[in-house]
Amino acid sequence: MPKDVPPRWDRRMQQRLARGEAAALGELYDRFASLVHSLAHRVLGDETAADRITREVFGYIWENPDAYDPKQGSMRSWVARITQGQAVARLRQAELGRGSREELERKVATANAAARADFIVTSMPAPLRAALELAYFKRRDYRQAAADLKISEDEARRRLRLGLQLLSTANVLPHEDTAPPGYGSSR
Amino acid sequence: MNDPAEFPDSPDSPDDGPEARGGGARIPGPRAAADDWDVLPEPRPAPAPPTHDVLKSLLGAWALSACSVEETQAVEDHLTECAPCAEEALRLRDAVGLLHPDESLDLKPLLRSRVLEDCLGKRPARIPVPSWATPYDTETARLDALLQDFGDAEWHTPVRLKWFQEDRHTSRRTTVAGVIGHLLTVDGLIATALGLADPLGAHAGSDPTARTEQFWSSSPYPVTRQVREPWREQGHTLVRTVSFAGRGVADLCVGYGDFSLPLGDAFLERAFECWVHAWDIAEAVDYPYEPPSGAHLHRMIDLAARLLPTVLAVRRRGGLAAPAQELVAAGAPGRTLHLEIEGAGGGSWDIALDSPAAATSADRTVAEIALDGLEFCQLAAGHIAPDDAAAGQHGDREAIRDVLYAAASLSRL
Repeated sequence: MPKDVPPRWDRRMQQRLARGEAAALGELYDRFASLVHSLAHRVLGDETAADRITREVFGYIWENPDAYDPKQGSMRSWVARITQGQAVARLRQAELGRGSREELERKVATANAAARADFIVTSMPAPLRAALELAYFKRRDYRQAAADLKISEDEARRRLRLGLQLLSTANVLPHEDTAPPGYGSSR
Repeated sequence: MNDPAEFPDSPDSPDDGPEARGGGARIPGPRAAADDWDVLPEPRPAPAPPTHDVLKSLLGAWALSACSVEETQAVEDHLTECAPCAEEALRLRDAVGLLHPDESLDLKPLLRSRVLEDCLGKRPARIPVPSWATPYDTETARLDALLQDFGDAEWHTPVRLKWFQEDRHTSRRTTVAGVIGHLLTVDGLIATALGLADPLGAHAGSDPTARTEQFWSSSPYPVTRQVREPWREQGHTLVRTVSFAGRGVADLCVGYGDFSLPLGDAFLERAFECWVHAWDIAEAVDYPYEPPSGAHLHRMIDLAARLLPTVLAVRRRGGLAAPAQELVAAGAPGRTLHLEIEGAGGGSWDIALDSPAAATSADRTVAEIALDGLEFCQLAAGHIAPDDAAAGQHGDREAIRDVLYAAASLSRL
């Protein structure tokens, strides 16, 4: 999936959706379905539920293309925001009455952080992601990663640190009122 | 929709964030007491200990356990005395916990159709995709989803394309990327018919095989994954373009060198080819790949069945099929073969045997073939030989043979 989509694509897509072009809906799906589905799956941990969220999210966008405001950011981040909101709402619904309120809020906070982290990983510059993948999933140390990526060791250290710094912003709660104090933040 | 949690739009780099903002630990420690002993010079002539900046730069690698034992020790010693680094180290360690293996859950291929149907049910399209273009839209999206997770190794996996030519199996070796190049160049025939740019440039011919060979040999290097974007982009453009075209566009003529198809049929033919080659690719990389939905499969089989009388006539002229047994006036009922296709996408078709212009007739049915839908498609794709098709058959053996061979000769590169 192309990562650096120019904002022009976003605005054009919005116009095409607004005038009811079915081909645009197909392109929208092709561009964002895996993002939507994987975020929903990350929050809900269930494939059927993720399928359902995917249907709801695209249904919402198709019926409300004007809800997107290009000034607020990319369409990709808008789609992710809708998905996370919808998936977390479903999580709350499913978990309601299953445990204490605190447990529920902890689950919601964890799910929110996980979804934000996934979004950050898929949106971060490819060189940072490649370095993280080598170090984390392939268990290469930073010197080996530098050699694999044909970059200096300094640069490898810089990428790993920067990648984790970006990722760590997922742990910062955006709204103070979404969770009781003490949850969600690592600090 | 409820208020969703905030998303960073494009995560900006908080590179030197914490130290810059944090502060606190920059206050120098207490001065040594005047009566303190002088610290003896350390006996080991060790290399100078890493500086604060170097240690700070190691924090990411440290959090990922991706530095040497000595470096790990040096960082951990440093953390006991440097609060900003300790704070960042903790934060990065927590961030590592958020990494998790991509579960690479493949989206169910049928989900796309279901989502689009759902949406269009809620709000009908003002500019719909013509129904004859939907199988192409679906099949290209399915193949693209298969390609999604391919690494270089998969893109360069050898694929043997098989077809049936002059009643013999023929094959051509290429790679996964080469197959996508083939689809790009042949889809380009539709682009040209619609007045769009030809991916091969202005003066390319219209024979699918020649076009493909031209594309493959246009660079001394093998085709790479770079071919995916232009192929996908062209596919989207084709669907978008025909959505806006008027009704008559389905009858627009698409030239394939020595034959031509109306645009609507050309789209079905391209959908069929896309599926068949996706299947070739999936087999080569050992992935599962489902057949198209029953409704789409039905349209593809219908196209093949409609083409059979013409192909029979061409083969007859070439001496490859038995001569017509009678001259039938156009529109008059002639000898007929009944084709019964079973399974998803199945149905029944009557094939005029003596002339494409003849009408079919139940009374004049001289033979019957019963075949599974996927088997029929494999036959029409040239993947199985007519003699190997597990067909239930009775009636005129020659007519049956002619029709099975005609079906196989629908295939080409």
